[in-house]
Amino acid sequence: MDIILLQLLNGLDKGSAYALIALGLTLIFGTLGVVNFAHGAIFMIGAFTAVTFSKILSFSFVTLDPTQKNFLGEPLEVKTAYIVHWFGESTGNGLIDWAVPLAILFSIPVMLFVGYAMERGLIKHFYHRPHADQILVTFGLAIVLQEIIKYFFGANPIQTPAPDMFRGSFDFGVLIGYAENAIIYPYWRLVYFVFAGLVIGGVFAFLRYTTFGMVVRAGMADRETVGLLGINIDKRFTIMFGIAAAVAGVAGVMYTPINSPNYHMGMDFLVLSFVVVVVGGMGSLPGAVLAGFLLGILESFASMNQVKVYFPGIDQIIIYLVAIIILLARPRGLMGRAGVMEE
Amino acid sequence: MFNLAKKDRTLLLIVAGMVLLAPFLLQPFAQGSGMAQFNAGYPDLMQRFVIFGILAIGFNILFGLTGYLSFGHAAFLGVGSYSAVWMFKLLSMNVIPAILLAIVVSGLFALLIGYISLRRSGIYFSILTLAFAQMSFNIAYSVLTPLTNGETGLQLALDDVRILDGMNTNGTLPSTNLLPPSLVNGFEMRDTYHLEIGSWLFQFNTGYYLSAIIMLISFYIALRIFRSPFGLMLRAVKTNQTRLNYTGINTRPYTLAAFVISGMYAGLAGGLLASMDPLAGAERMQWTASGEIVLMTILGGAGTLIGPVIGAGFIKYFENIFSKINDTVLHGWFGWLPDGMEDAVVWFVHIFVGKGWHLTLGGLFMLVVIFLPGGLVEGGQRIMNLFKRKKSDGAGTDKQHHPKSTPHVAE
Repeated sequence: MDIILLQLLNGLDKGSAYALIALGLTLIFGTLGVVNFAHGAIFMIGAFTAVTFSKILSFSFVTLDPTQKNFLGEPLEVKTAYIVHWFGESTGNGLIDWAVPLAILFSIPVMLFVGYAMERGLIKHFYHRPHADQILVTFGLAIVLQEIIKYFFGANPIQTPAPDMFRGSFDFGVLIGYAENAIIYPYWRLVYFVFAGLVIGGVFAFLRYTTFGMVVRAGMADRETVGLLGINIDKRFTIMFGIAAAVAGVAGVMYTPINSPNYHMGMDFLVLSFVVVVVGGMGSLPGAVLAGFLLGILESFASMNQVKVYFPGIDQIIIYLVAIIILLARPRGLMGRAGVMEE
Repeated sequence: MFNLAKKDRTLLLIVAGMVLLAPFLLQPFAQGSGMAQFNAGYPDLMQRFVIFGILAIGFNILFGLTGYLSFGHAAFLGVGSYSAVWMFKLLSMNVIPAILLAIVVSGLFALLIGYISLRRSGIYFSILTLAFAQMSFNIAYSVLTPLTNGETGLQLALDDVRILDGMNTNGTLPSTNLLPPSLVNGFEMRDTYHLEIGSWLFQFNTGYYLSAIIMLISFYIALRIFRSPFGLMLRAVKTNQTRLNYTGINTRPYTLAAFVISGMYAGLAGGLLASMDPLAGAERMQWTASGEIVLMTILGGAGTLIGPVIGAGFIKYFENIFSKINDTVLHGWFGWLPDGMEDAVVWFVHIFVGKGWHLTLGGLFMLVVIFLPGGLVEGGQRIMNLFKRKKSDGAGTDKQHHPKSTPHVAE
């Protein structure tokens, strides 16, 4: 039983990332009807805003400390971050330690802008072109974004640790009455799951309980009628694109401690999140979230040794296998509405 | 000749001439001159031109004619390579059985994947093919390691069986050949004849000419498919599949045939790649490799005959050239600029060359998709039209707009 629970928990963090990216993809597809192959790149840019932010925080100047000597006997060069200099030892180091969570605040405006610029600059011109063209141009954009990041940050993964408080693991099993050391779970994964839940809840609440969200939902159902009512639906959809980018961006920011960001992480996630979207049902927001968690957990179960004995290599292909079965048996996906891109 | 219309015959002859004379055409600069680095007339690169040309021609039969965008074509390339290398290991170092097996196996594989994937169209088809290709890639890396040799990649070994060639005794790895060297010399894939004229060096490589001839045959077959009733049916699928279905035509056999044909083309290309260099790795099947095939075809011009070949050549050439350009070369080029400006220009251009080649490629690809949906071929046509229009400006020779008056009474 505890093994099953452990795999369930292990699946949650990947599932959360899938769910967040798929949610953004679905938002874009549901509102603008655009298949965005650059969404993985947005996730990756989000992760790199965290890297940039932690670099900004640790900008430092060099002073010579005459009390200490280096191995040549000269005064030691000491690097002091500006932020430590300004705010004092404890506050400054605390801020640097908390760089990743704080980067969310930094990344939201950046990602909103990236999304806005992308929609206005490029996607706008592709509303009336075939889906194949949309796929192609966003695929090109993904390559460009990826290469730009590679140029500035290099090809190697960059370590971005979580705050000290959340490093390491804790014994989750004891909390819910299992034996000691049965379920060891890293802190940050739990944080990621809770965070993903908050973001997803926030997006749904935003769409459900605000006037803006109501208009957007109406536009998703029938764009023309909403337009005829005198509402500038295009502008709202552009903002939704920005929000979708921000969702993927913060998903990327929080994912950095789990997997050190590198320039091709976006492409790696993109293929899987597309599969997730299709399994959940094109254009269905709850479907995307559900399918994200479902596939994450399935993947984690498939990687159990007990399963691998019977189906070697199943963990590598389970997601694709599920996607193929779903696409063939129920093309609209788990929760897709009837008639939305069924063929 | 060849049962073709005059226009197509000219096209075929031009392509044949270009491909067969490539060792001359691609070597315009003398050895040792500053421009020599732009020469492309060496065997390795020329082989890649034609082999990826075959791949793109095949992909175009599917995407260009039917509009089905497959994002998993590299899987067939990989399967072709693996089967060819196995043939080298088990049967003989002769390339003919290897290539045949590559075509057959990838054809069967395409039949299986196509049969399932073609149940859906549009984006679903793209994702299905993508899923299948990623599955093949992952399996090749993990479970099928005995067959594919996992991360190391499948390669020849000294103790391979090679039933027809007999035991390998001299302790070196044999090389692939068209006719065994024990019979005739000069038919190993790596055999190259060097011809020096002045300071120009021309290289004629057996492997290149084999691939070139196979590529011309594939091009001819594609030409015939484009002009056949079958090709017309595929175009009809692209234009309006629903209407075809309403008229009572089952389009599935046609699209499946197109899918299998293009899978076999990819397998052929994979087999040829393995024949030139008997090594097959799983990374050939990764979805970025599939993406490259898409890039080639679109960049050159999907749906046109010659476009994919141009696209493949263009990408492979610039990939090779751009990666050679480094800062020293750039400083040489921009040396005439004032110092500060030189550094700035070099810094800026540096982003796009060398390792930044993919950035250039991605940007170029975006520009083509946005402004030139017909690819480089359409660009060429537009430029041609520009000149033509200038010549005939105001002359009123355009037949469609200025039809000649026909006499009312028969003369």
